[in-house]
Amino acid sequence: MLKQIEGSEAVAEAIALSRPEVVCAYPITPQTHIVEGVGRLVKSGRLENCEYINVESEFAALSVAIGASAAGARAYTATASQGLLFMAEAVYNAAGLGLPIVMTVGNRAIGAPINIWNDHTDSMAMKNAGWIQLHAETNQEAADLHIQAFKLAEALSLPVMVCMDGFILTHAFERVDLPSQDEVDAFLPPYDPVQLLDPADPCSIGAMVGPEAFTEVRYLAHHKQMEALTLIPEIAAEFGERFGRDSGGLVRPYRCEDAETIIVAMGSVNGTVKEVIDAMRDDGVKIGSVSICSFRPFPLIELRDVLEPALRIVCIEKSLAPGLGGVVASNIRMALRSLYRQVYTVIGGLGGRPIMRKSLHRVFELATAEALEDVTFLDLNWDVVNDQLARARETRRSGPIAENILKSLNPGLGR
Amino acid sequence: MFEIRIHGRGGQGVVTAAELLSVAAFDEGMYAQAFPSFGSERMGAPVVSFCRIDEREIRLREPIEEPDALIIQDVTLLHSVDVFGGLKRDGFILINSTKSFDELGIADFVAKFPDHHVCDVGATELALKHVGRPVPNAALLGGFAAITGQLHFESVEKAILEKFPGKIGESNVAAAREAYDIALAA
Repeated sequence: MLKQIEGSEAVAEAIALSRPEVVCAYPITPQTHIVEGVGRLVKSGRLENCEYINVESEFAALSVAIGASAAGARAYTATASQGLLFMAEAVYNAAGLGLPIVMTVGNRAIGAPINIWNDHTDSMAMKNAGWIQLHAETNQEAADLHIQAFKLAEALSLPVMVCMDGFILTHAFERVDLPSQDEVDAFLPPYDPVQLLDPADPCSIGAMVGPEAFTEVRYLAHHKQMEALTLIPEIAAEFGERFGRDSGGLVRPYRCEDAETIIVAMGSVNGTVKEVIDAMRDDGVKIGSVSICSFRPFPLIELRDVLEPALRIVCIEKSLAPGLGGVVASNIRMALRSLYRQVYTVIGGLGGRPIMRKSLHRVFELATAEALEDVTFLDLNWDVVNDQLARARETRRSGPIAENILKSLNPGLGR
Repeated sequence: MFEIRIHGRGGQGVVTAAELLSVAAFDEGMYAQAFPSFGSERMGAPVVSFCRIDEREIRLREPIEEPDALIIQDVTLLHSVDVFGGLKRDGFILINSTKSFDELGIADFVAKFPDHHVCDVGATELALKHVGRPVPNAALLGGFAAITGQLHFESVEKAILEKFPGKIGESNVAAAREAYDIALAA
């Protein structure tokens, strides 16, 4: 059914349609409206046979999900930002134990400085925790990806993180087509665990493993991710047949035919990128884009196939790896190994700074002229940066950087 | 594409206004996207929300810098925030006020816009009259439908009633209808 609905509410509906049996939540900033929505659906009786557990922290939220999943329940939670970091140990455990939990990350920045707005730093911090990481481009895709995520997670017995841009998607009202319960039931059968804590048939999950077997267990974690490279497109294709729309998959190219420059990005910024691509195509520029839906596993072969014909690649990244530059760009270089292609990193949208068409247009033009820096910070205010650098050079006790920058921007602020 | 920017203060329902516009447009079969500005939302602080309406899917995710229409919920923002920034030359302005443009100090500015594109409606007073509380949102949406012609009043009415079922919704619709009539006659 078509609805004009907030992103978080659409995802709550999609979660309810997926019939989770345990939902754990720690409802405090940073959180989304998703768990509130799911809570309402449990309370109203629309989501049946689901235990909604209010826990005392994000660490507990995922720990309870781990216990529930090991006991054979379909388990779900959601978090973001500092909340994801606080549950970090459990994030690794869920993957290491091979428990098919689905978790939404409403992507947000990580402090310090304190900032509650959107970027990808949180999920990037967990990129090697062993979870599958899928990025939604729209709220329609966010809703659809959750339904696919349970199927994928349970097929592989591996947790799946569905990443959607905090605020930009979670707080946006747009058109979302929500499927019927019957349609979802036909696509997503009840959870059939590959491992189960069952008092009638006792076993343990979570053995201590020494050097004699640790590498093998870790290899098998990698092997599952490699299997996901086949399964993700299969599930997306089945979803497409049943529900009549394209959602998910590994990568999504846009106007890449004959493109000399290809933009790579994850999540909602792809919409704005496509608008710029269309405008530049109208001006005769051979430019296209590719949206990465599956960041883990990272689709090396599919990206190589799409990017190989291009001369240069520009990665728009909503996270910064200080001391390196961009993580997506580094991964793209892995996809292009043994080929020579110019790969640029553009760091943008940090801490909720809007990514504007005109700014993208400017960097894409610089890239097509091969005049872009290897690592560029979109719309960086060099004046305040240089002021701070000068201050730090001239005075030993130059003070905290964040406060100094705020004072440069607002000279009226008290000292 | 028709782009609307709404200015108000935290607690006045700026985000709800954008949501309701998007629902009304959706009910008319259009694509619509509503989203808040992403700043610190404190009670009383200046806040902004946005709504885009189009006949095709809306992919753009940037804030609206060059709106086709402005809704100003709180007239005290006029001289503290650049509310008119980027407004198109043939754009629309709806202000929640009972004062004349002269009294507001914007007569020269609004004179540059086409006839009937700029309107002020005492939305807070209408809300007090019909709803009994100073909630100008619904009345402003009625006024918006009248001056821009982008939405039918019936769609606005339906959106209000969906969000606020029962008596509260009905009293808000009454405020919206009176504002619609005032703006249409202006």
